[in-house]
Amino acid sequence: MTSFSYWDILRNLLDAGVWTVALSLIAFFGGGIVGLVVLFLRTSKRPVLRLAMQGYINLFQGTPLLMQLFLAFFGLATLGIEVSPWFAASLALTLYTSAYLGEIWRGCVEAIPKGQWESSASLAMSYFEQMRHVILPQAVRIAIPSTVGFSVQVVKGTALASIIGFVELSKTSTMITNATFAPFTVYGTVAVLYFALCYPLSWYARRLEVRFNVAGSH
Amino acid sequence: MAYKLDFADVWPYSEQLVHGAACTLELTAVATVLGVAVGTAGAAARSSRNTFWRALFGAYVELVRNTPFLVQLFFVFFGLPSLGVKLSEGQAALIAMVVNLGAYSTEIIRAGVEAIPKGQLEAAASLAMNRVQIFLRVVLKPAFEKIWPALVSQIVIVMLGSAVVSQIAVQDLTYAGSYIQSRNFRAFEVYLVITGLYLVMAVFVRQLLLGFGRWYFGRA
Amino acid sequence: MSLVAIKGLHKRFGALEVLKGIDLEIAPGEVVAIIGKSGSGKSTLLRTINGLEHFDAGSIDIEGERITPAATDYRALRLKVGMVFQQFNLFPHLTAGQNVMLAPTVVKKTPRAEAEKIARDMLAKVGLAEKFDAYPEKLSGGQQQRVAIARSLAMQPKVLLCDEITSALDPELVNEVLKVVEKLADEGMTLVLVTHEMRFAREVCDTLVFMHQGRVHEKGDPEKVFASPATAELAQFTSSTR
Repeated sequence: MTSFSYWDILRNLLDAGVWTVALSLIAFFGGGIVGLVVLFLRTSKRPVLRLAMQGYINLFQGTPLLMQLFLAFFGLATLGIEVSPWFAASLALTLYTSAYLGEIWRGCVEAIPKGQWESSASLAMSYFEQMRHVILPQAVRIAIPSTVGFSVQVVKGTALASIIGFVELSKTSTMITNATFAPFTVYGTVAVLYFALCYPLSWYARRLEVRFNVAGSH
Repeated sequence: MAYKLDFADVWPYSEQLVHGAACTLELTAVATVLGVAVGTAGAAARSSRNTFWRALFGAYVELVRNTPFLVQLFFVFFGLPSLGVKLSEGQAALIAMVVNLGAYSTEIIRAGVEAIPKGQLEAAASLAMNRVQIFLRVVLKPAFEKIWPALVSQIVIVMLGSAVVSQIAVQDLTYAGSYIQSRNFRAFEVYLVITGLYLVMAVFVRQLLLGFGRWYFGRA
Repeated sequence: MSLVAIKGLHKRFGALEVLKGIDLEIAPGEVVAIIGKSGSGKSTLLRTINGLEHFDAGSIDIEGERITPAATDYRALRLKVGMVFQQFNLFPHLTAGQNVMLAPTVVKKTPRAEAEKIARDMLAKVGLAEKFDAYPEKLSGGQQQRVAIARSLAMQPKVLLCDEITSALDPELVNEVLKVVEKLADEGMTLVLVTHEMRFAREVCDTLVFMHQGRVHEKGDPEKVFASPATAELAQFTSSTR
């Protein structure tokens, strides 16, 4: 049995960490774009669209992320489409993120006082003009802290992609543990690496929260 | 494989599903009681004047909240034995869930504790109550009442997150799914059913706990 | 021809009928004050005129164009009817000047340079020319309300609705806003004000409308109506607000 230095272990983990970051970015930004669609449909005037989105959001918030990953992976396979774990994980995490971000943003839009809607309506602005020039600029300001905060959940969520075989940080750590029989060291290091990814985001989100709550309250 | 979804092959295994669901609920229930206890202690520590305990629990909270539950689980189950601690998979799963819920509920309960108006504390102190008595009798119940919905949400999140313990062979609902699909080769149908069961359990647990809150705290 | 003609207006909130058949005509240049107890329906009436509230029966004609209960798109209506709110409702992320410029550029597609000139003129008109680049949070209540008036005026409405525009102001700031409204009245603007300022109603307005329990109870020249109220309710109202 070859012996591994700690540096070997760390190097492999760091390589794998790149994939964790890549998947996180895809899920976060892809989920953000879909989340905007979810937001618009969720706040639509037509009850059918609103209820459909409510169902979509409840589905993703009321079921385990692991199940969502399994369904993406096995579901597409059942339809006859061969998918890589990478694709299934990206798909599932993107939709998961879109549901959560859409709901977070809806809360921010609804936090805008009714008077803003009424005064912009009185100036003969259409719904889209109201959203674009009056409501969203204000809602974005409120949304930034919790959106950054949710990015932490996305990074942590990528760990589950390992279970459907996507080789990122968690999967690699399991493989290394099997090779080195040093679970305490390996999982301990992995925890530190995830912490290094997540803690700055958490800290930044908290700072933004303070900044946006202290300044500019009306 | 078939475009047609065939659920008929799932029903013969309903016993496994029931056992798996029961296991998940049981784990969640025990983890809730212990986790909330840890969270209460943590909230007390985080809002005390003692900087050591405040910092210690602060580090604990940050560590748990910034690492994935899967890694925490693996650390407990695979990592601790190398320190000489022997754990069954059920024990490891429970410990990981308690540690996880304990961290999140520390912050949730702390928010409730800090929302108690200062006047309450001053009134209690003027009645010659000491800090422990004030915490237990004046602060705790109103704090819980305030944050109860948030705490219930977190408990549901932990229950859904517990799907992962199947990875260390705890025979929960997800594990039942793996077992069944390895026998009937209908992974998608099986996991659809299981996802539906999780959804039902999540709604059920949430309504149950919220209803308990309404009863216990005495207001609608 | 009257500028605004309201016929048989009915509105209910659920089981409660809030407007029980309103008939009202407003001529161009007329300044109308609507007074009454809270719950009398005066704000609701005002808000139906620019479509913020739907109504259940009757009709509203603005310059001959009819609005019915079935109407859904109020944009054309709102180009003619402006509104100023009790809570000002300025857009906090825009400066005073940008607040005033927004609707002309976005809705009427006015070119920026022209819109900016209109905005500066309107702000000067309400006495706030130097506050063009100030954000609302830096302005006093009275100043914010005057910016809100300028914002509505920039759209050149035919009628300006004012919903208790001084009720949220500290007493010492009320006058600066009323002075602006008086100036608009002198210039021939058609105004409909829901107000509690009785002295203002008496001195500036052409017509006083007293509402009670969802109906127009009394209507006429302010001096005459105040001096000799025809109904007991108005007499009680004026004595209680003295």
